[in-house]
Amino acid sequence: MSEPKPVFNTQVPVSWLFRMAWRDSRKNRSRLFLFTSSIILGIAALVAVYSFSDNLQRDIDDQAKVLTGADLIIDGRKAISEPVINMLNTLGDQRAKEQSFASMIYFIRGQGSRLVQIKALEGKYPFYGEIETTPAAAVKQLAQGRNALVDKTVMLQFNAKPGDSIQLGKLNFAIAGYLDQAPGQNGIIATFSPVVYINLKYLPETGLAQFGSRIHYSYYYKFNQASTIPALLKKIQPVLEKEGLDHETVASKKQNTARSFRDLSRFLSLAGFVALLLGCIGVGSAIHVYIHEKLAAIATLRCMGLSAWDAFFIYLIQLTFIGLAGAITGAALGTVLQFLLPYALKDFLPVDFSMQISWTAIFQGVITGVVIAVLFALPSLLSVRKVSPLNAIRLSFEQAKTKTDPAKIIVYLLIFLFILGFAYLQMSSWLQAVIFSMGLLTTILIFYGLSFLLLKLVRKALPTGIAYVWRQGFSNLYRPGNLTLMLIVAIGLSTTLIATLYFVQGILLNKVTLSSGKTQANMVLFDIQSDQAKGVNTLAKQYHLPLMNQVPVVTMRLEEINGKTAAQLVVADSLNKTKVAGQENERRESSSSIFKREIQATYQSKLTDAEEITSGKWTGRVSPEKEPVYISLDERYAERLGVNVGDSILFNVQGMMLKTVIGSLRKIDWVRMQTNFRIVFPAGVLEEAPQFHVLMTRVPDENISAEFQRAVLKKFPNVSVVDLDLVLKVLDTLLGKISSVIRFMASFSIITGWIVLISAVRSSKNQRLREIVLLRTIGAREKQILAITAIEYLFLGLMAAAAGMVIALAGSWALAVYSFETSFSPQLLPVLLLFTLVTLIVVITGMLSSRGVLRSPPLEVLRKDS
Amino acid sequence: MLFDIFKQALTQISLNITFNPISLETILNIKRVSKQYENAGSSLTVLHDINFSVPKGAVISVTGPSGSGKTTLLGLCAGLDRASSGSVELNQVVLDQLSEDQRAVVRNKYVGFIFQNFQLLPTLTALENIMVPLELRGEKNIRPRAMELLDKVGLTDRANHYPVQLSGGEQQRISLARAFSNTPAILFADEPTGNLDGETSEKVIRLLFDLNKEAGTTLVIVTHDLELASRTDRIIRLKNGVIIADEQKAYV
Repeated sequence: MSEPKPVFNTQVPVSWLFRMAWRDSRKNRSRLFLFTSSIILGIAALVAVYSFSDNLQRDIDDQAKVLTGADLIIDGRKAISEPVINMLNTLGDQRAKEQSFASMIYFIRGQGSRLVQIKALEGKYPFYGEIETTPAAAVKQLAQGRNALVDKTVMLQFNAKPGDSIQLGKLNFAIAGYLDQAPGQNGIIATFSPVVYINLKYLPETGLAQFGSRIHYSYYYKFNQASTIPALLKKIQPVLEKEGLDHETVASKKQNTARSFRDLSRFLSLAGFVALLLGCIGVGSAIHVYIHEKLAAIATLRCMGLSAWDAFFIYLIQLTFIGLAGAITGAALGTVLQFLLPYALKDFLPVDFSMQISWTAIFQGVITGVVIAVLFALPSLLSVRKVSPLNAIRLSFEQAKTKTDPAKIIVYLLIFLFILGFAYLQMSSWLQAVIFSMGLLTTILIFYGLSFLLLKLVRKALPTGIAYVWRQGFSNLYRPGNLTLMLIVAIGLSTTLIATLYFVQGILLNKVTLSSGKTQANMVLFDIQSDQAKGVNTLAKQYHLPLMNQVPVVTMRLEEINGKTAAQLVVADSLNKTKVAGQENERRESSSSIFKREIQATYQSKLTDAEEITSGKWTGRVSPEKEPVYISLDERYAERLGVNVGDSILFNVQGMMLKTVIGSLRKIDWVRMQTNFRIVFPAGVLEEAPQFHVLMTRVPDENISAEFQRAVLKKFPNVSVVDLDLVLKVLDTLLGKISSVIRFMASFSIITGWIVLISAVRSSKNQRLREIVLLRTIGAREKQILAITAIEYLFLGLMAAAAGMVIALAGSWALAVYSFETSFSPQLLPVLLLFTLVTLIVVITGMLSSRGVLRSPPLEVLRKDS
Repeated sequence: MLFDIFKQALTQISLNITFNPISLETILNIKRVSKQYENAGSSLTVLHDINFSVPKGAVISVTGPSGSGKTTLLGLCAGLDRASSGSVELNQVVLDQLSEDQRAVVRNKYVGFIFQNFQLLPTLTALENIMVPLELRGEKNIRPRAMELLDKVGLTDRANHYPVQLSGGEQQRISLARAFSNTPAILFADEPTGNLDGETSEKVIRLLFDLNKEAGTTLVIVTHDLELASRTDRIIRLKNGVIIADEQKAYV
């Protein structure tokens, strides 16, 4: 009897696993790459966004001084008292000051007028960067006389040239040049409020700076030693606060700018991430089919003694490398794409954007790509371990039903954690991250549910007597291991994205145009002084214009709510809300900003048609000596303030403290184009406060509009006129620009959905081959086979488009009703058009991708297959 | 790192396998083996109380009509599956309590396979297919041995061809070379000529017997081809999951 042999020392070297992974991929590489191509765009989007953020952050850091133009800015919205002015005049090493306000300018040669932002400047501001003008020397002329720099878009609008004159209030100015870029201003702001610079010393003569005018006062400082600023600020802070002045430093500006663009980057990277996830679902499903085809090979290897985990590792290695290849390709593409992103966003950018390759972004993108590709492939990969060697000797060996693989549950958990973690990295709030992840999960689940239902429904609804090709085409959707549901989700989600984008744009535009209907006001005159109100009315009547809405406006600030100041409330807030960390932050920010913000209130004795009391009692008039003053709040504003009927609020009406009690809450129909106010006082208290009036009217056409504007400007130079048609146009452009950014990001998801479709069709190629050969063998004609294939994709496209449309309609309806508070009535034609388009694309893509299969002769196919 | 830890764990498991050296002459010992499949509450008995043993170096065949349990029996003998009851002993190793991975190690060490549909790995060349079992053992200097086997089956010129580029007969010859590459103690052939025409079948069978004689391997052929079965030393006939005959050739 011989010694028992050392049987179990077999150790497969790790290098062999790699070699096997390499060999096994040899015949499948192009196919494997197609799988990963669905993540390429997602990674590309992420890398583009990351690179963009990196570059933007760097540019903001580099150009922060240019953004502020000074080391310190102190500003406020009301006239500053003498002693404080004296103090302000001693700060810093160099000083400049500016008063800015909205006003009409009149182009004398072109006879046109337009509301602009006047900046009356004294001193050498900006200390950093410059006011960019054409000709460049024009900026020097500002200090030398009655010259003005006029925003280039306005210049173009009125076809004005340097040397022309504009009238501003009672004074004429010569246009020294085109204003190309004011410090810290980006394209979008310029479109909304074009800037005109003049010299501050001429401001009094224009007669525009009067009691009640809404002027923004700014003081700019340059410090030779910027390090002294924090100490200085600490010292003067109480004075500034008392005077209602704000301050901004280079550092705070840097922070604020970066913060607002961080939100943009977050949005963009989440959009990219959605595309990536969509691609990953595609990868996961394609790998499922791939592994299914590998069953026989895996079983054979198992017969020869390969251990279950080694088999798993072979495919894990393979998939990791393919994922890496996809991620690297995506990162490269993203690095190229980042050059497009600033192009799409240029109007929103505050700084000159400089492009650099960001290796951090590339690294992040590649890692994300590999991790996510592997994670989504793992559920299929794990089943490699469960492949029985019996598969090698039995063609259709049915695996005994085993309990759910715990490893799979762990993987699904990991996937969710990864999504959650990624969302957290973008949003830095767990609450938001959870909401995002759950929202995403719910959407996908809803999609799966809906697709499932649709499939069932069609199956039931399909008449039994229908032609064979139709039945066959439809039942092809049920091909074992088919990716029908996944495809419906991927294509459907893309459809939802496009459709929702389209609907929301429609809702927004509709909302705006709704308010500019035939009978609605289309011109607003504001800054009408109390003594001018009658005169303006008479003038309007002379032009046969209706006086549609005429209200007084009083500017004020919140001082105390229920006897508590802003600071006290912030503390109280944080004590109340410590439980939910994310919300607490938001709340604190909002309550402090509510106190900071200027409030425009009105007083009236009657409610307007757009207002409706929802709780409490409306008080129309009080006598000044009789307390309390019952005011009425917009119910949503009250909600944000956290107040209710009976609470008391102390207002600071430009220096006068006014005690009030909330008497009622109103619901306001904001859609109506009229002046609506969050806070309405009863008549009898504010009549003597500094105020201006607003008049709304409707001008029948452009000519009368221009004539009337000219007349108003001549008689009442301080009155500003807003042409709502112009505002609508600007809004339209803005919406167009925003939606082009969103479309840019959404296109990643859409194209990904399309690639997923191609890759899914390709991955079921072998199955299709077998079917078609079988059909041919039993005598199906080419035409019939083509029809069956087309019908299969027709059903797929129809269902995906239907699912996508249903969800887009539901989502847009919810957005319209709950978010924009308007009705939702989508137009039928574009819906149908999109529906048809999606279906067509699916059919065409499906047919083109199966072309090879459809064309190849059966014998060749059979041989390849064996 | 992960790989190494994992390997160690596997080796640990493997070392717990028990040896039961009853008879050195017996390479395969089947005792009271039954196999049932549970499906949706009902159980189907595929094999019932099977008993036989195979001495080292024997060439036997298992025959029977379709559905008689031949392939199931092969799966149990080769350690591809576990019996519902009874005991399977392969080259002195009791397979009954071994895990799937432990049985894989046993297969790699002692067992060779020839399949009806060849089961060559489609992504590997002919030569690489032959090398796989040796590579799995972590052996060195494999290529010359694989080339030698390739030469024995007469397909040296096809070394770098992929399975799809080979005819059925050629594929089965590669599969023979692969089966013998790890010098198995026992070789299982499942309908080795099932997918081949008569002439090619004859060539493959002759090659199989020649290689077997040269290597002195125990050969178990599962087939319903009685002509092929008649060329083996012993025929075990199965019907409805039981052995209905176990015939030794007269001259044995």
